[in-house]
Amino acid sequence: MNDNALITVTDLKKHYNGGTVKALDGINCRIKKGEKVVIIGPSGSGKSTLLRSLNLLEIPTSGSIVFDGEEITSKKANINKHRQKMGMVFQHFNLFPNMNIIRNMTLAPTKILGKNKDEADAKAIELLTRVGLADRAEAYPQQLSGGQKQRIAIVRALCMEPDVMLFDEPTSALDPEMVGEVLDVMKSLAMQGMTMVVVTHEMGFAKEVADRVIFMDEGVIVEEGTPYEIFNNPQSDRLKSFLSKVLV
Amino acid sequence: MFRPCFVFKIFRKGERMKELWNEILFVFGDGRHELMINGFLNTLKITAGALVLGIVIGILVAAVRSSFDKNRESMKKRGGIGYWVLSIINAVCKVYLTVIRGTPVVVQLMIMYFVVFVSAKDGVPVAIVAFGINSGAYVAEIFRAGIMSIDNGQFEAGRSLGFNYVQTMRYIIIPQMFKAVLPTLCNEFIALIKETSVAGYVGVMDLTKSGNVVAGRTFEYFIPLFTVAIIYLVIVMALTSLVGRLERRLRKSER
Repeated sequence: MNDNALITVTDLKKHYNGGTVKALDGINCRIKKGEKVVIIGPSGSGKSTLLRSLNLLEIPTSGSIVFDGEEITSKKANINKHRQKMGMVFQHFNLFPNMNIIRNMTLAPTKILGKNKDEADAKAIELLTRVGLADRAEAYPQQLSGGQKQRIAIVRALCMEPDVMLFDEPTSALDPEMVGEVLDVMKSLAMQGMTMVVVTHEMGFAKEVADRVIFMDEGVIVEEGTPYEIFNNPQSDRLKSFLSKVLV
Repeated sequence: MFRPCFVFKIFRKGERMKELWNEILFVFGDGRHELMINGFLNTLKITAGALVLGIVIGILVAAVRSSFDKNRESMKKRGGIGYWVLSIINAVCKVYLTVIRGTPVVVQLMIMYFVVFVSAKDGVPVAIVAFGINSGAYVAEIFRAGIMSIDNGQFEAGRSLGFNYVQTMRYIIIPQMFKAVLPTLCNEFIALIKETSVAGYVGVMDLTKSGNVVAGRTFEYFIPLFTVAIIYLVIVMALTSLVGRLERRLRKSER
């Protein structure tokens, strides 16, 4: 059953304070190669925790995550190796402020993958060109707008040639007029067949791009399905009330 | 030769300048200037040695303390001997910080010289060790504060790219930390330079002690002590401007 699953999450739990706070309370899901999964839900529902658990930035209390055929939650797994194949984009960009853009992008490929500088630079420039920021290669993060920073953060992750991209509310910290440029980059990435897991409040993006939408609340997956099923035919009351608040 | 009102006299008339110059020639004559130069060099040696030792100790202790704080949860979960080793080293570091910061440096120096290294003939290396260990405690806390001041997102960004803990520290956190703590670090170095002036307690001929010896031999206090004060001031000003230049250069790289 797992033949084409890139990530399989089984009964994942994340408890804080000795179990009094259950951020994740038994999550099961599979993400196939090339699939675009959008996770939605009210704040505090555990969607970011789930995403951050996928590359073990959050250490789950129990349960297992299998990535590319290997259980990364086991003690023996080399998580650094797996993280190289899982690109992550953060709400607050997290570019390295003391390095210019090109260095931000080539640091990991040169230090981890052992690429030489020219090779890494060429790859970075190619990616920068794709997001229309090749002329800013020598700039520092401080000199860029929020939208530009987030586009850089996306291509920085792409420099490692990941198998899956994880997006943690990539547009939530942006000014409204900059949301579009970031979503456009994400859409084109989706069109190229990248496997994507996106936590977002952009319902338009979910409708347009997602193969599957997961609705979470209080640490569990309440409903999942195609965007049409989720947005046009919600089953649970919680999803209905959530949608009535976000879709005006 | 002992003239208590000298300090007021010299500014009264220009002709007194010649008198002052003669005074200086007398005070540092008869080979006494070598005493001062030797003292100055000893102070530089002690400061430089203690600085290096302090930074090395500081980096190590700060690395242990902050990595223990950061990895405690995940290491405990993974189990194994690593967690226990790290928590024991962490406890040792905590004791070190408490004891060193809780006792006067001059007492630590005397313990080093009269108890730990009883057979030492030369006091300078002992002073380097004593001041280095002392400074290390303060530098460690400065570094730890610097590491904590870096946004956790930087750390997560590094880890999510596939860097391990040590690489993330080395390539991403430490360079930013260093820039953030530079002014505080400079402060600690200034304090260290001046703290070495108690080295005379264990018979080390540092700058202060030399000035005192010259004063004792000539019964002239004004010139030797002001000379000592001016030399300390110049060392500190030189260091301050050096750090200031470094700071500006690091800042420029961002704009």
